[in-house]
Amino acid sequence: MSSYSDAINKYDPVLGLETHVELSTKSKMFCGCATDFGAEPNTQTCPTCLGLPGSLPVANKIGIESTIRIGLALNCTIATYSRFARKNYFYPDMPKDFQTSQYDEPLCSNGYLDVLVDTEEGSKNFRVEIERVHLEEDTGKLTHAGGATGRIHGANYSLVDYNRAGIALVEIVTKPVPDTGEYAPLVAKAYVTELRDLLRGLGVSDVRMEEGSLRCDVNLSLTPKGSKTWGTRTETKNVNSLRSVERAIKSEIERQAIELNNGNTIKQETRHFQEDTGTTRSGRSKEVAEEYRYFPEPDLVPIAPDSKWIEELRSQLPEQPSIGRARLAKEWGFTDLEMRDVATLGAVDLIAETISFGASPSAARKWWAGELARKASEDGVDLTVLKISAKDIARIDVLVTEGKLTDKLARQVIEAILIGEGNPDEVIAKRNLAVVSDDSALLPAIKEAIEANPEAAAKIKEGKVQVVGVIVGAVMKKTGGSADAAKVRELVLKTLGS
Amino acid sequence: MSRITREEVANLARLARLDLAEAELDEYAKQLEIILESVAKVGEVATADVKPMSHATGLVNIFREDKVETSLDREEILKSAPATEDFRFRVPRILDEE
Ligand SMILES: [Zn+2]
Repeated sequence: MSSYSDAINKYDPVLGLETHVELSTKSKMFCGCATDFGAEPNTQTCPTCLGLPGSLPVANKIGIESTIRIGLALNCTIATYSRFARKNYFYPDMPKDFQTSQYDEPLCSNGYLDVLVDTEEGSKNFRVEIERVHLEEDTGKLTHAGGATGRIHGANYSLVDYNRAGIALVEIVTKPVPDTGEYAPLVAKAYVTELRDLLRGLGVSDVRMEEGSLRCDVNLSLTPKGSKTWGTRTETKNVNSLRSVERAIKSEIERQAIELNNGNTIKQETRHFQEDTGTTRSGRSKEVAEEYRYFPEPDLVPIAPDSKWIEELRSQLPEQPSIGRARLAKEWGFTDLEMRDVATLGAVDLIAETISFGASPSAARKWWAGELARKASEDGVDLTVLKISAKDIARIDVLVTEGKLTDKLARQVIEAILIGEGNPDEVIAKRNLAVVSDDSALLPAIKEAIEANPEAAAKIKEGKVQVVGVIVGAVMKKTGGSADAAKVRELVLKTLGS
Repeated sequence: MSRITREEVANLARLARLDLAEAELDEYAKQLEIILESVAKVGEVATADVKPMSHATGLVNIFREDKVETSLDREEILKSAPATEDFRFRVPRILDEE
């Protein structure tokens, strides 16, 4: 019996997820600095986001509205009065020595998100309750020099870039999610996938986990079966892909079960997910509890959304992802099961984009949920991280439809694009991968194939046309799959006078 | 009755990254005691129906449009830092942090 099923037989996991979403506002939350990802270090800072004396923050209206829209989409209650608070701490990622956040008055609270998970008894709905959605600001980015992971050996300092400090950041916290049993890892993954699709649908964030605009912390505790008291929970950070969400929970369930089986207690601590091993490791244990000394931010006036404003924002909400998926499944001719697979892979938007560039729905699904999903799984990454675009796949589909590429050649083209050889047309030209349908190019291979298969050739001459496949197959093999099969068949029959 | 203990002062000093000597802890505990006593007088007047005030103006919903403004010149910013490298602020490493 695996350690996972053993753990699940003895304990009930209780999940909790904290998700941070960087909003895609053009300017920062409390100042006018730009928010471009990957800009030159410290080129997007000003007295306000650097916390220089005399500067005064003013809230970005789109940041507030985006947060309320997220709350509404998650079925939350919107506060009628909400204040920002200072979260005080000393760490060089915040030049102000505090982070502007929200404490006991979050903008949104008490919502839920329903997610579907495939179980042994078929597709099952799990309701993940939302505790709160609040607005804060992102921190700066530290690069550590020295130590085991640092860039410069022997050095013992950090370098700070404050471009990210002050960008609007929304934190979405779930209530503890009990009763998911063995499906805990899948429920968590489905929740983050659904949340990502919902946020993308709202247009409030570009939700790129690989760039850090969507980040996830996972809380987990185990309760012995039959017990009513929840166990001590750990918080795992650094869970930066959909796949990692599932793996981190699975490995943490296994680890905690082993500790408990051995009669040990679970330490309440922060752990870090390690992508390479798929396990979590203990973070620095803090000998003293964190004390942030929250107090209301005096420089920002309270937010008091009235019902008119809230209803206006509610009326602008897009359709829910689940309703959108049902509509798309119908439009694309996918079965429920096919659509669910695609959603689980996080491929809905990629397929929609590929279709918008001219591919057929079935081809778009075939490539993304087949070949590319396999590649992503091999590399241990999410589909969106692969170095191939929806446009590339659409172009490949057009070439296959036009008979300029076979499926086999298309796979080679994809392979080449993934390793950075260029777009489909460039790769085809460089690797000479186009389907050969030119008589003069095919005839020598056909002649050779006929000579190598005299019996088949004789039968075809007698009129047994069905045997032609043997010769066509030999030609295809000879040309490495690049020959136009229909054209080869035609030429073989013509050559043999049949 | 003392409103603040020596241990609390030591904890506050730790949070504020102040390195206080033993004698200073006693001294500041005494001073903070006086301050807290004075502030406590407000509590004598405030009744349950008076909400704690955090903002004096009574204003709500003051926002700015989501418009990009020119940031500071990088040279200018880094000039005021004690140490820089690669256009970044150079700070002492906090041990054992990721
Ligand atoms: Zn700024």
